[in-house]
Amino acid sequence: MKRYSVFAVAREALRNHMGWERAWRSPAPKVRYDAIIVGAGGHGLATAYYLGKNHGIRNVAILEKGWLGGGNTGRNTTIIRSNYLQDSSAAIYEKARSLYETLSQDLNYNVMFSPRGVMMLAQTQHEIRGYKRTAHANALQGVETEFIGPGRVKELCPIIHIDGPRYPVLGALWQPRGGTARHDAVAWGYARACSDMGMDIIQQCEVTAVHQADGKVTGVSTTKGEIACDRLGIVVAGHSGVLANMAGFRLPIESLCLQALVSEPIKPCMDVVVMANTVHGYMSQSDKGDMVIGGGTDGFNNYTQRGSFHHIEETVRALIETFPMISRLKMLRQWGGIVDMTGDRSPIISKTPLGNTYINCGWGTGGFKAIPGSGWAMADLMAKGEPGPLAEEFSMYRFREGKFIDESVAAGVAH
Amino acid sequence: MSTRLARGGRLINRRKAVTVTFNGRNYKGFEGDTLASALLANDQMLVGRSFKYHRPRGIVASGAEEPNGLVNLGQGGGFEPNARVTTTEVFEGLTAESQNHWPSLEFDVGAINTALSRFLPAGFYYKMFLHPRSFWKHVYEPFIRQSAGLGQAPKARDQDTYEQFNAHVDVLVVGGGLAGLQAALTAGQSGLRVLLIEQSAHWGGRAAVDDPLIDGTPAEFWIKTAVQRLAALPNVRLRTRTMGAGVYDHGYALAHERLTDHAPEAGKPRHRLWRIRAGKIVTATGMIERPLSFAGNDIPGVMLASAVRDYAVDFGVSIGDRTVVVTNNDDAYRTAMVLHQAGLIVPAIIDARVQADGALVRAARDLGIRVETGRAIARVKGGKRVTGVTICAHAGEGSGLEDIACDAVAMSGGWSPVVHLWSHCGGKLIWDEGLAMFRPDATRPPTGADGAGFVFPVGGANGMLRTADVLTDAVAVGASVSGQAAGDVPVAVDSEQGAILPVWLMPQGATLKLRQKMWLDYQNDVKVSDVQLAAREGYESVEHAKRYTTLGMATDQGKLSNINGLAVLSGAINTPIPQVGTTTFRPPYTPISMGAIAGVARGDLFQPVRKTPIHGWHEASGAEFEPVGLWRRPYAFLQGHESAHEAVNREVLNVRRNVGLLDASTLGKLIVKGPDAGRFLDMLYTNVMSTLPVGKCRYGLMCNENGFLIDDGVVVRMAEDTWLCHTTTGGADRIHAHMEDWLQCEWWDWKVYVANVTEQYAQIAVVGPNARKVLEKLDGMDVTKEVLPFMTSADGTLGGIAARVFRISFSGELSYEIAVPASQGRAFWDACLAAGAEFGIQPYGTECLHVLRAEKGFIMIGDETDGTVIPQDLNLGWAISKKKSDYLGKRGQERSHMVDPKRWKLVGLETVDGSVIPDGAYAVGTGTNANGQKNTQGRVTSTYFSPTLGKGIAMGLVERGPERMGEVIPFTKGNGTTVDVRIVDQVFYDKAGAKQDG
Ligand SMILES: Cc1cc2nc3c(=O)[nH]c(=O)nc-3n(C[C@H](O)[C@H](O)[C@H](O)COP(=O)(O)OP(=O)(O)OC[C@H]3O[C@@H](n4cnc5c(N)ncnc54)[C@H](O)[C@@H]3O)c2cc1C
Repeated sequence: MKRYSVFAVAREALRNHMGWERAWRSPAPKVRYDAIIVGAGGHGLATAYYLGKNHGIRNVAILEKGWLGGGNTGRNTTIIRSNYLQDSSAAIYEKARSLYETLSQDLNYNVMFSPRGVMMLAQTQHEIRGYKRTAHANALQGVETEFIGPGRVKELCPIIHIDGPRYPVLGALWQPRGGTARHDAVAWGYARACSDMGMDIIQQCEVTAVHQADGKVTGVSTTKGEIACDRLGIVVAGHSGVLANMAGFRLPIESLCLQALVSEPIKPCMDVVVMANTVHGYMSQSDKGDMVIGGGTDGFNNYTQRGSFHHIEETVRALIETFPMISRLKMLRQWGGIVDMTGDRSPIISKTPLGNTYINCGWGTGGFKAIPGSGWAMADLMAKGEPGPLAEEFSMYRFREGKFIDESVAAGVAH
Repeated sequence: MSTRLARGGRLINRRKAVTVTFNGRNYKGFEGDTLASALLANDQMLVGRSFKYHRPRGIVASGAEEPNGLVNLGQGGGFEPNARVTTTEVFEGLTAESQNHWPSLEFDVGAINTALSRFLPAGFYYKMFLHPRSFWKHVYEPFIRQSAGLGQAPKARDQDTYEQFNAHVDVLVVGGGLAGLQAALTAGQSGLRVLLIEQSAHWGGRAAVDDPLIDGTPAEFWIKTAVQRLAALPNVRLRTRTMGAGVYDHGYALAHERLTDHAPEAGKPRHRLWRIRAGKIVTATGMIERPLSFAGNDIPGVMLASAVRDYAVDFGVSIGDRTVVVTNNDDAYRTAMVLHQAGLIVPAIIDARVQADGALVRAARDLGIRVETGRAIARVKGGKRVTGVTICAHAGEGSGLEDIACDAVAMSGGWSPVVHLWSHCGGKLIWDEGLAMFRPDATRPPTGADGAGFVFPVGGANGMLRTADVLTDAVAVGASVSGQAAGDVPVAVDSEQGAILPVWLMPQGATLKLRQKMWLDYQNDVKVSDVQLAAREGYESVEHAKRYTTLGMATDQGKLSNINGLAVLSGAINTPIPQVGTTTFRPPYTPISMGAIAGVARGDLFQPVRKTPIHGWHEASGAEFEPVGLWRRPYAFLQGHESAHEAVNREVLNVRRNVGLLDASTLGKLIVKGPDAGRFLDMLYTNVMSTLPVGKCRYGLMCNENGFLIDDGVVVRMAEDTWLCHTTTGGADRIHAHMEDWLQCEWWDWKVYVANVTEQYAQIAVVGPNARKVLEKLDGMDVTKEVLPFMTSADGTLGGIAARVFRISFSGELSYEIAVPASQGRAFWDACLAAGAEFGIQPYGTECLHVLRAEKGFIMIGDETDGTVIPQDLNLGWAISKKKSDYLGKRGQERSHMVDPKRWKLVGLETVDGSVIPDGAYAVGTGTNANGQKNTQGRVTSTYFSPTLGKGIAMGLVERGPERMGEVIPFTKGNGTTVDVRIVDQVFYDKAGAKQDG
């Protein structure tokens, strides 16, 4: 495949961009693959990519019922951080974050990873203690974070209102190398690289049944026909329960709608990502200039991708308190995505009751940041049949043992 | 040039001049003008710069769909970026500045991007800026960000207020054109509650401009009458300047009303957000005209044909002296005739259709206007303003046949129904081949809880082009949503129209060179060639193409560009338009202010501050507050020049030596009553509450189903069937909901009532060796340890105030907690202070409370617990009944990981050097784990300086902690080093418990 570079763009400019190749092929499914991944979201595509890159497994199909990257990967607010509290979380999120650092070069596709810094505001004494604890934990985990005072908060983010009447800002947990990336580009970059390795990305291809023999997977039925496989990876986020059902097992997952919104674009005024968990909202400014805003999930299970408006009201109120200037901006668009929530708000990367079938889900409200690390760990699991150290603790059987990896301890909002 | 005509302008008041300022220059307009019409009346066509190439941008539309005319409006606390000039009504003193250019609108350095545009095709940034790595963050990205963004960021605090209305109506009609007025009239006659809203300041929509005959009268007159008839109906409410923003599940709709934007007035709210529950929603939102894709269609002076007509009819403004009309349908001929009748020159109507002989076409020809059929615009000439067009055969590739000099181009590519509100909640569309438009598919509406559709499109929004059809549709829909038979339909006469010819590229076979100059999205600079490039590169899904090119992602959300863009995509991938489909329509229809979304809940009203009856005293007495849930509790009471730390130390010592007074009113108080109350509490708490004798207190623990400790507190049995459960301050509402959850969802047949009486009582703790003396001085009841032993409660009076006294202690000292009616709280507090003066009484705050309990080794929910801790971890096994067959969390606590002997358990901690362990510190283990992280063996949960002991004390969870008493292990200090800490007993003060009886 032709590589992308400034020279390639210049060369193409001279011939009116007629020479660009397709970013990914659009093949018909083969009869059989070594591995099938269901779901061409970020996690599914990254899994395929590292299967090929790290383990040499390239006879792979990625089946997508809609368009690749069209699930939560294409509708999230793109916060990337790894300042998690529990060891196993910090390990996989930091692995992901560090892969993001070089992802553009690795994929030869600019995913616009922007390590502009993420701060999580402490607005109660309780939060101060919680974030200080995280900072201590992060230091031992090799994650660079720091608890900073209100003065530093204001310096890093001048539009923040430090002494609001309700919850003055008392400090923040600061991760200088956290940030954002362009969500579509992450999906597209991985898709292009997978396609280039000879993998088949098949869009508009919904998996409708999982077939097995002798306790092992043998293939799937799809809207584009039957496809056989040796190994199956289920990576479908909000629809995990549906796929698990097809494979004959149940998951401890609830599907909820999480909403987000953007303002109209304005000139740069905010260089960092700010999360305010006490008031429940977070905000950053995209490279286009719009303020990207999110809050909490709806309180009821559903699949509609719409959500109720009062959550938008609550989020906007919280953020006007934190950033009074946004009061005079306008909301341009709101949307929702169905997030897959586990009981401990941590993901599942796991073997399943069905042989040679693996599941990666439960990233809930915060899995964009994990895409490279999750793909890495899932590929490892699918290639070897046993989890490596990154995935080990995320087995779906942990709920049976009570071995939770609870992150709500440190963050009310876990994006 | 564009100018004000000598006559005409149905919306302006020529007797009232208004001065507005744009980019520092004054412009004269009239009352009734929009900022757009006022600027155009003064030949100010250039109003902004596009996003990517910084191309000069002129006004193209006359309403909400305008993508170019965005300005920084107003100043200071009244500043608003990205205000649309076409919907901004003028008032004396309005100031506006154009956006996205440097140094000026006329000379913008960023316009260099136009010259470089061939290097900046769709998605160029995904392919570039890859090396060197650090340049993205530090060089490329800041540059891209700086040149992106449109308006300025507001600097001052918003000076305005906002409010919200809740409305409940049977029928909401959105859009006050003919369809909306008639549908509201019909529905209104049924007596149902009807709300009719219109986004602009005027009723009548397009009909008011095009003025067909209705019931033998001009439409304008019919509209006026209709509004009067509606106003006379008491069950109908009418609102202009109110935009239907969104439709949500269950008939919930959102509308945004602009109250004072057009006439700023201090003291009045700026916007109002309507939160509407509607039985049925009628969308009478009309249509939006589509641009045509020909080369140079973005040059200022190229405008939608309907907008050109609007400016002439509504505002008496001509867009140009010589206007070429270009079209694929009959409607644009109206524009030509309006201009002609105003004495302006229409050098030609360029019609892509080979055949055009509808009534309007004939009328134009009869006026002597030159009509060129089968022709197209090959390119528009000009830079910051149109200077002419080259015409060509539409069927060809664009070789020029003739140049026509002109200073304006009025284009019409046909009309698209406004289907946004229909689509927000799942309404589906069908592609109407004949009309070349997506319109609502009546068979697949958004459905409510009963499975029936609840949104009803009508008129233009339903794909109707002729006035007679619109009115028939409106009567039918108005009748059906109000359950009546359709009545008489007003008789409308308007011109017969010929068929439209879908034109997605002009000319049809345009060369690449031309396609690179055909704009689809004016604001975001997306051209036909960009969409075609996206398709070639495999971004074939309409969502991929949108995201790759940014088509339709501008502030107009593709109102002008989406259909044209997807038609181009359809051509590029050779797939019929309906299979390509549209992108998702999301609220709001047009952007709404964040201020309105927040409403009045800002500043002090953002979240209510809950106040105890004694709050006022705290405020007046040096309290430093901390937020705890919605409460603000005194952290400490500072005296003189004391620091908070000094105050806490003083308060602690005073409690230990004399007596302290704590406002504990925030503690949750839940009354649980009923024949099954005991059984219920036995399930909720880990220990047994049903056997508690009346008048006795018991400390209880509550866990969730996973076994984790979620709350604790003292439970008192007040009567045979009545218990009072104390919860933590933060837990009151949560635990109340938790109880109701179990009662309503699981044990709905149990006879139990729960009442949250937290705010009905003030609760005051009198704590310390002198506590009894204070109460005895107050007088009224016997509080001796014989009559009121530890962990009992009694009712009586103290100092003349009805009181319930609990002998409980969270400090280890002799302690009484006294509940009095909230209304008596302050009086009782004052009485305690007065009675205690001679015994050294002082108030204390939450931090002192924490130190006291930590010295005594008592746990605190939220410190020792974090949602991952079971009571057994905290050595609280004694508070877990072994006899009960079940309680919430029992099974959870039996899981393998919960009974793992290696669990971290609670111990006391003391640094070897007496210093205070930092908050949040971890105990470092040996070596690293498989992921290269340093191993840990515990963490601190509470750490304080103990003034009583004169050194740091702490509690923490340590692996096998209780088995390791005396061992010294390192804890992190936060600076890369560690401090040596000894594992000790968690009770630091009065291990024997000698103090609690005084
Ligand atoms: C509003 C919002 C904001 C968020 N903000 C953040 C944030 O700031 N930071 C962060 O880190 N995370 C955030 N997240 C979470 C993040 O988006 C997700 O965790 C992550 O994108 C999940 O990726 P995925 O690949 O697992 O799922 P998805 O991207 O949803 O991919 C799953 C794919 O599976 C496909 N599929 C489903 N069923 C089938 C089937 N039967 N056959 C074939 N294909 C199927 C779907 O079509 C979909 O494309 C946010 C999420 C939302 C909704």
